[in-house]
Amino acid sequence: MAEKRLMQGNEACVAGALAAGMDFFAGYPITPSTEIAELAAEYLPQRGGRFIQMEDEIASMGAVIGASLTGRKAMTATSGPGFSLKQENIGYAAITEVPCVIVNVQRAGPSTGIPTAPAQGDVMQARWGTHGDHPSITLSPSSVEETFGLTLRAFNLAEKYRTPVILLLDEIVGHMREAVILPAEGTVEVIDRVKPVCSPAEYRPYDAAMGETAPMPDFGSGYPYHVTGLTHDREGFTTSKPAEVDFIIRRLHSKIEMHLADILQWEEIATEDADILLVAYGATARSAKAALKMARKQGVKVGLFRPLTIWPFPEAALTQVAKGKQVIVPEMNLGQIALEVERIIKAEVSGVNQVDGEPLNPAKILQAIMVGSEVSR
Amino acid sequence: MSSLADKYLRGHKMPHIWCPGCGNGIITHAVLRAIDQLQWERDDIVIVSGIGCSSRAPGYLDFNTLHTTHGRALAFATGVKHGNPRLKVIVLTGDGDCAAIGGNHLIHACRRNIDITAIVYNNSIYGMTSGQFSPLTPTGSLATTAPYGNIDRAFDLCDLATAAGASFVARSTTYHANHLRDMIVHGLQNEGFSLIEAMTHCPTYFGRRNRIGGPVEMLKMQQEQAIPVQRAASMTQEQLEGKYLIGELHNQQMPEFCALYEQVIQKAGGGNQR
Ligand SMILES: Cc1ncc(C[n+]2csc(CCOP(=O)(O)OP(=O)(O)O)c2C)c(N)n1
Ligand code: SF4
Repeated sequence: MAEKRLMQGNEACVAGALAAGMDFFAGYPITPSTEIAELAAEYLPQRGGRFIQMEDEIASMGAVIGASLTGRKAMTATSGPGFSLKQENIGYAAITEVPCVIVNVQRAGPSTGIPTAPAQGDVMQARWGTHGDHPSITLSPSSVEETFGLTLRAFNLAEKYRTPVILLLDEIVGHMREAVILPAEGTVEVIDRVKPVCSPAEYRPYDAAMGETAPMPDFGSGYPYHVTGLTHDREGFTTSKPAEVDFIIRRLHSKIEMHLADILQWEEIATEDADILLVAYGATARSAKAALKMARKQGVKVGLFRPLTIWPFPEAALTQVAKGKQVIVPEMNLGQIALEVERIIKAEVSGVNQVDGEPLNPAKILQAIMVGSEVSR
Repeated sequence: MSSLADKYLRGHKMPHIWCPGCGNGIITHAVLRAIDQLQWERDDIVIVSGIGCSSRAPGYLDFNTLHTTHGRALAFATGVKHGNPRLKVIVLTGDGDCAAIGGNHLIHACRRNIDITAIVYNNSIYGMTSGQFSPLTPTGSLATTAPYGNIDRAFDLCDLATAAGASFVARSTTYHANHLRDMIVHGLQNEGFSLIEAMTHCPTYFGRRNRIGGPVEMLKMQQEQAIPVQRAASMTQEQLEGKYLIGELHNQQMPEFCALYEQVIQKAGGGNQR
């Protein structure tokens, strides 16, 4: 039976991961993500799963990839400094197409920053943090309950598309406690990676057409194969032949881009009649929602576009919704998604930015709305 | 060799990238002979490496093979082993890969005593990037980044692994190829973390620059410098100057990580799952 509980965001993340079938976690403690590792250490062995505290975040990311290759559903969790350390191996998971989930509970940076303060400064890092031209799937929940759902979804997308998926929380969502209603165990959709059915002799680990993902066997299941971070051909062996290199890089992108209808999620609130459109994600979207209500009470027609999938960004939907509207992008950084929004709608947007380690409150967003409504009048 | 090659090499990946006279083939051959001697199932074996000339070996070997990022082979291998403890995990790594960028992972793999066998191809140099010094380059040697002689001291990798908690530690050389195979066999049989340091030669970047000569001279140098541990016991400190020990240097049974984790699962009550 579905149960109602008071839960912390980080706790909901672990619950969502377990619902998805997580059976491996490797991590290194860092505020404000540590509860995720602690709960994984407690719950995983109760279900026969495996936890390991590694010597650093680089090792954690490596161990997660290694475990995933044996068929485990593997996750790691960290915050800014650790997210930076994981980047090289996140790129490795991308090019080798190894499913895994990386949670980044964002805190104020750069560097050590303010460990206990919220921020949204890693949005672009989630997109471009690892070197080379690679796709990114990044999800951003705004509530504790949504953290459960999006963690589950992160695993499902990782398995379906053989790719690392980043779950971008922020300190507010990670540490906040809310009442949640979680679905009963076994009632949620769980996707597992497709295993090969051909004979081992015929198996080629990267033999997929544009937009497709090849089946993936577990190490030790009768399909010995080669995995390398060198650019490889359909058989998995290193190549520098331009046509083969071009194909694999383009296919890596196409397997995400050709399935946007499945991958993209967003929410639209009161956008139909809106003159002003707020674009907000994560904890900031909560303040945006509150500001929207306050503004509507004062007769200003405000709407909200909230991407749950940040990368790839829901471009087509935003273009549609933003038509003829004045756009305001509140975020806890100096304007990262604002740039993306400007790129998409090909018009200037105004930002409401907060980088002092404090949450972005509704009053500040309301103020920007009121200034905007003056201008448009 | 031919039957072993047919059995274990990915023939269609030949020719390999290694220079003529490189010692990497001798070590890789010793690894295959050790596996063959133990009659292990091919599909039970996962061979993991980092980045470097030596780390290219898995690409030629017909097993489950995982060529990872520079220095991180042991971290990935830890995930593989912990992910499925039934698998036999072998790490092939270079002196730079293992002792410099991967040094932290090395000591922690030793400390956990996780059942992985690491074979370190120690050619005293960074081969792949053409001849910079590594943490195992002898003091005074020339390297492209030590044009006036290396001022750094070298690790004794076997002492390091022993101190860090590895349960089996041995050293051999490419000159002593059969002995090397035997050390690898012992390492593979050990239930815990095993490190085998294989002294090898990079004629292209270490031999030439340090005017040691070609592969033959470098092998002869190994013959002269390597002293079996048993013989060393009766030698004086003076006689041991400039030499290194080969053989089984440390062998002490200790609880293995994955076995301990099984106990954690029992304690937590998850014993009946997966
Ligand atoms: C993160 C990172 N840093 C540096 C390099 C460049 N690099 C490739 S191989 C190598 C050194 C390899 O030396 P060693 O491990 O001794 O192996 P060998 O080539 O001698 O067998 C370096 C520095 C890299 N690939 N990745
Ligand atoms: S550079 Fe040195 S280590 Fe690398 S293949 Fe050539 S001889 Fe061997």
